[in-house]
Amino acid sequence: MSDLTPNIFGRNAPGSTAILSEATVAVAGCGGLGSNAAVALVRAGVGTLILVDPDVVEASNLNRQHFFQADIGRPKVEALADHLWAINPDLQLELHRLTLTRELVPTVFAAADLLIEAFDRAESKQWLIEAWCRAFPQKTIVCASGVSGLGNSEAIKVRRAGKLVLCGDERSEPSEGLCSARVAVVANLQANCAIEELIKAGRGVAPAGAPVEAPRDGESR
Amino acid sequence: MVLVNNRDRVDWQPGMTVQDLLDKMGYSYVLITVTVDDALVAKEDYASFPVPDGAAVTVFHLAHGG
Repeated sequence: MSDLTPNIFGRNAPGSTAILSEATVAVAGCGGLGSNAAVALVRAGVGTLILVDPDVVEASNLNRQHFFQADIGRPKVEALADHLWAINPDLQLELHRLTLTRELVPTVFAAADLLIEAFDRAESKQWLIEAWCRAFPQKTIVCASGVSGLGNSEAIKVRRAGKLVLCGDERSEPSEGLCSARVAVVANLQANCAIEELIKAGRGVAPAGAPVEAPRDGESR
Repeated sequence: MVLVNNRDRVDWQPGMTVQDLLDKMGYSYVLITVTVDDALVAKEDYASFPVPDGAAVTVFHLAHGG
């Protein structure tokens, strides 16, 4: 963190910032899932993000995606980058405004420790999971499936198998409509699982006695 | 015996493949992803990938939306 940037991570979970600041997380898709997950990851202290999305912001995105009126017409990766830097100016970002293909997965995500799958189409989720697991069998992918509709909070769950983590209800479809709260719940669930995996992995290599975050002067807990 | 989704027990048969198991379980939904003993099985390999006796299989449904 630069000397000029206030410590925004003073109330983070003890020991987490030292690990997360060294982590690189890739986000495939910067829509309802990806934009909200990215915000949560940056606020948690993840040091580097790789953002991938080919689209520009449209008015219809604003019901659930972390964009604003002034972003309409801008490439999503660029608009999101500005919002993330507004949270943490020290954040390292790698931006890819492109349509991801399975052939690009090994190169675009070469530096990533973990991938957030945040695509819209189920077919795309399927090939991305396969391409990631083939290219990086030892690295975790956190996916989403079933974010649509209203309420039905109890149906949202996390399931895991090996390095694959999947969040969502695994059933609902966009024909039911997309509600900001429900999409963001799943996006934040993805971010939470990603943080959990990074901390678990990092605890094995984190230096002993890593500094524990303390509250800033005058800040109460 | 094969354990599916940490819940359903399915009789194992010699030569059983992922596709055999999906058929036996009645999975007809095409948008799924499958792991066998925590390793992902590519869709193109379902018909040839052997499921060992005692395996733990997880089937994830993939729904649109993001």
